[in-house]
Amino acid sequence: MTSSACDTASPRCSSMMEVCEASSVSLREFGCEQSLLSRPDGSSSFVQGDTSVMAGVYGPAEVKVSKEIYDRATLEVLVQPKVGLPSVRERSQEQCVRETCEASLLLSLHPRSALTLVLQVLHDDGSLLSCCLNAACMALMDAGLPMSCLFCGVTCAINTEGEIITDPTAAQEKESRALMTFAIDSTERRVMMSSTKGSFSVHELQQCIAVSQEASEKIFQFYRDSVKRRYSKTP
Amino acid sequence: MFSSLKRRVDEVLLPGDEFSFEADDTISLTEPAKPEKAVCGPGLRRSGDRLVVCKSGVLRHKAPNVFWIDSQQRRYVPAKGESVIGIVTAKSGDVFKVDVGGSEQASLSYLAFEGATKRNRPNVQVGDLLFAQFIIANKDMEPELACIDSSGRANGMGVFGAGGLLFRVSLGLVRRLLAPQSEVRSDLETLFPCELVVGMNGRLWVKSSSIQQTLIIANLLQSCDTMTAQQRKQLFRKVQQGAL
Repeated sequence: MTSSACDTASPRCSSMMEVCEASSVSLREFGCEQSLLSRPDGSSSFVQGDTSVMAGVYGPAEVKVSKEIYDRATLEVLVQPKVGLPSVRERSQEQCVRETCEASLLLSLHPRSALTLVLQVLHDDGSLLSCCLNAACMALMDAGLPMSCLFCGVTCAINTEGEIITDPTAAQEKESRALMTFAIDSTERRVMMSSTKGSFSVHELQQCIAVSQEASEKIFQFYRDSVKRRYSKTP
Repeated sequence: MFSSLKRRVDEVLLPGDEFSFEADDTISLTEPAKPEKAVCGPGLRRSGDRLVVCKSGVLRHKAPNVFWIDSQQRRYVPAKGESVIGIVTAKSGDVFKVDVGGSEQASLSYLAFEGATKRNRPNVQVGDLLFAQFIIANKDMEPELACIDSSGRANGMGVFGAGGLLFRVSLGLVRRLLAPQSEVRSDLETLFPCELVVGMNGRLWVKSSSIQQTLIIANLLQSCDTMTAQQRKQLFRKVQQGAL
């Protein structure tokens, strides 16, 4: 593994992982592995620098009668923190991920069924929500669920000098004045979801969106490369 | 008209990729003007005059105009006409409930067996395995199975006999096993004689002359999922020479 822009080489990036190195829009080094778990219908693990999330998708499966929706599938997202029980913070992340997934999945193709997406946080070193989104997208793709488009998550931080940092570490997040995460779709590069914290101007928001859209190109290219590599292995 | 689609055959596509079909500007006077229509298989969707990919996988093509996405999936989604291996989970009145690995249990009428009448009920117990075919399978209705074909013959379907072993493999491997001139199948034929039932829902049932041989075949097939053709041939040769 050759590390370029990043100074903290992730111990999770084994030779099994496909690794993309960061260049112009500085994202940390990121990597992914698909269908690594045997029980779920689709699984993935996504690493961004030292942040690491594992995702498992179950479904379309039998649904509880109380949660049944007659014209589309019920999507449930569970975020499990590294230690302790899920709390308010995890609930808000669950909601962000669920709404993004609902927008990209074609849920009406599997009415009266349940989809469960479990996201296990392995390590949090900043940009956790965007890592969750990326892991979720890879797992959904692995499960072969019908989707209208792909999505990716990009986190931007604005520090006290007003500089925009994409894919910040936990330390950079702490020092930042504002923190925003966007989910961007693959067809038109539109913003599907945004989650923001702190104060910023309209101009800064627009700048961050533009930077995220630029960064998303790289992530989508990575998606394509890693799926291609996966299918090249099987005859 | 399909040129844009044909160019990408055998390439890996991702959800959200699009193909657009613009009508040709010129109409040939010599050939009959028949609009070409692409038949979309799994993973492709028609949206207006565009074709949108909705699953990740390899684009496949069958002449003249059938296109589909070949993806590695684990969860089975029932499709009409497919043969599956099911497990009977309940008997209620005149239908059996059968688990086929989909999102809903399928129902199987007791009359849908060869030679079954209102008086002469088939001998099916809860927990039995059966090989059946989907006669109704769509997203809005409960899937329905039958153990007879359209002419009322069993045609290999019905309840399994004693013995044998049931196990699961990926849906991709099942399709590879069922393909005409399947390499996996011809490799398997070189080992020992065995009885193999392949369900499109990823369930395989195998029975050989001894339990040991049955287990060897089951383990071999399960490991075929992640092996290249070369690795598989090597392993099969080892087994043939009695290395296990």
